[in-house]
Amino acid sequence: MSDIAIRVEDLGKVYRLGAGVGGLRPRQDYRTLRETLTSKLSAPFRRLANNGYEKNRQLQAAEDEYIWALRNVSFSVRKGQVIGVIGRNGAGKSTLLKILSRITEPSEGYAEVHGRVGSLLEVGTGFHPELTGRENIYLNGAILGMKRAEIERKFDEIVDFSGVEKFIDTPVKRYSSGMYLRLAFAVAAHLEPEILVVDEVLAVGDAEFQRKCLGKMSDVAHEGRTVLFVSHNMSAILHLTEEAIVLERGSLVYRAAAPEAVDYYMSSGLAKIGERIWISDEIPESAAPFRPLAMRVKNRQGQVVDTIRSTEPATIEVEYALDDTIVGLRVGLYLTTARGEYVLASFDTDDMVQFERYRARPAGRYISRCALPPDFLNEGRYILGINASSYRIRRYFQEEQALTFNVDGTDAPGSQWLEARLGPVRPRLVWQIEGDASLGIVPDMDEGHFYDR
Amino acid sequence: MTQTSLQSSTAPSQPQEMVLFLRPSRGWAALNLKELWHFRELIYFLTWRDVKVRYKQTALGAAWAILQPFLTMVVFTIFFGRLAKVPSDNVPYPIFSYTALLPWGLFTKALTDAGRSLVANRAMITKIYFPRLAIPIASVLGGLVDFALAFVVLIGMMLYYNFAPGSDYHIAVTPALATLPLFLLLSVVTALGVGLWLSALNVLYRDINYVLPFITQFWLFITPVAYPASMVPGRWQLLYALNPMAGVVEGFRWALLGTQSAPGPILAVSTTIAILILVTGLFYFRRMERTFADTV
Repeated sequence: MSDIAIRVEDLGKVYRLGAGVGGLRPRQDYRTLRETLTSKLSAPFRRLANNGYEKNRQLQAAEDEYIWALRNVSFSVRKGQVIGVIGRNGAGKSTLLKILSRITEPSEGYAEVHGRVGSLLEVGTGFHPELTGRENIYLNGAILGMKRAEIERKFDEIVDFSGVEKFIDTPVKRYSSGMYLRLAFAVAAHLEPEILVVDEVLAVGDAEFQRKCLGKMSDVAHEGRTVLFVSHNMSAILHLTEEAIVLERGSLVYRAAAPEAVDYYMSSGLAKIGERIWISDEIPESAAPFRPLAMRVKNRQGQVVDTIRSTEPATIEVEYALDDTIVGLRVGLYLTTARGEYVLASFDTDDMVQFERYRARPAGRYISRCALPPDFLNEGRYILGINASSYRIRRYFQEEQALTFNVDGTDAPGSQWLEARLGPVRPRLVWQIEGDASLGIVPDMDEGHFYDR
Repeated sequence: MTQTSLQSSTAPSQPQEMVLFLRPSRGWAALNLKELWHFRELIYFLTWRDVKVRYKQTALGAAWAILQPFLTMVVFTIFFGRLAKVPSDNVPYPIFSYTALLPWGLFTKALTDAGRSLVANRAMITKIYFPRLAIPIASVLGGLVDFALAFVVLIGMMLYYNFAPGSDYHIAVTPALATLPLFLLLSVVTALGVGLWLSALNVLYRDINYVLPFITQFWLFITPVAYPASMVPGRWQLLYALNPMAGVVEGFRWALLGTQSAPGPILAVSTTIAILILVTGLFYFRRMERTFADTV
């Protein structure tokens, strides 16, 4: 028996975009019979039209239609190794995990997996809202590949870990999103495969839940199991993995010990918008005892995103650690438009109650979370800055352009007119229209009554 | 989906290790029923989920399983039995049509659910691996519970007509009753076979969603549910039997009502066709399976 757990050799996966004929199918798209029939019927005519110009044009079009989500990727993972996979959205991370967990086939190359694979590309796969927590544990466990006896054996442990004992016989549609996630993760966490493949499942949920998941993940990592771990959370990568690979546009561009790989990723401009993670080298010594860890923008579902919707609430969070007590600390953010106009500045102790409560902040890890209301920002691109200071005493840390994010204006007030709205805010203001025409009667414009007053 | 093989390790002291080779595959795939068997508990849980969820948040709940065939029977009795005076093989028309509506309901439900099952479970298909066959199989099995409920009503109806004054119907228990499970199996096989074809096609062509109601409606006309198969002229009988459900329905009447003789030639043709549909469906499904996650 070799000590290799996963060997990947020249692995590639191609997706086809748009509609057309051929062996591969379009991604996120399906065809109707009509499309297939018409393209089959018109094929001979296209062939007839194949003069030189047409040929070139078609070749070009054919090239454009394919997207290599992954190409020429080779690496191997030894048994018991915990490997991080980092890369921007669309870099091929999920495709790699999907191939290794047999959800989809590679288009070229091959992979060799030694041992039972458990994949966790999502928590709560197959959860049914109408079923109770108890029922969903069995269902989800079976979907994840657990035997019924195994689920029965671990049932109490799972319920205990999830912390939803009281609601275990309630349909999960009545659960809060936090409870739902905790239960879903609890089932997944009790999977015992030899090789664990984990996608960004920790990017959701509250801080306490994330900490619990990280704790469980690190237990798994220390049990000698092989783990392939995808995350945008660099501190999680640093914390959990020994080594990491960096993917960029479907290729493996870097592999090194986790701190170097994270460093490479962060400094090469590959980092994802929507989240800023500070690694220790980047933090000036003058910031001590304040230590910024991350700043991120999350959508209503709690996912770290680079685009939020104007009509939905969003959250901006700053994660940081204090190595010593700081008196009068305020952690806050600047929000500016892409053109550099200030939209607002806000601190976590602006509120008098919060201010009194956090006069002195003892050493520890914190997250300051700011809720952006719905119907607030206009569509466009925004820049977030961070500031941590004690008023008139000291500025610990400041970064004017920590991260950027976009606001999508779909369904924002006035979007029935396809025009750009001026200004950085787009509130849903209440308008009243007064007139003396009685409501419910459509004024007859032809006879001019509307104006006869 | 992917080529899998077990390799025994060379080191004698080590336990056997499972090695999975993942590479592009071409052409037809083996059915790999062994793996499906390994996942039998998943099939059980998916079936159980479908059954459990089906009548949640409905006022009448599982009564729907009975109401659907029962009300159809009432309508058939009024229009075909009374008004059109369709012959009913010398049993009361309600029993005659309800006996056929049982396997017919099982068939259409299984067919419709299976046809839509892959698309309905796309979240699972794109997030985790398991033999995809488990999904349509579970959809088909889920219909058996409704069938059992509706079957109880049939027994009630038979007893009613048996003891009702002035009724000349008498329950006829014949040795043919023992063949009932076979006809049930035949309808499940047919539904699964067609369901496999449609579910795999539905992944690629959503037209199937619109075709499904049409198929079931059309199929009802060519199946002897509202009328006896004996109405079909003799020389057309074998052609008629190309519809496996014709064999199933006639078989049900034969086993339960003991009326006609065994549907011999019809049954042979129906069974052959049903098995043919199932086997081709299985292979087509397995062939298309590898692209499900990318296409669905």
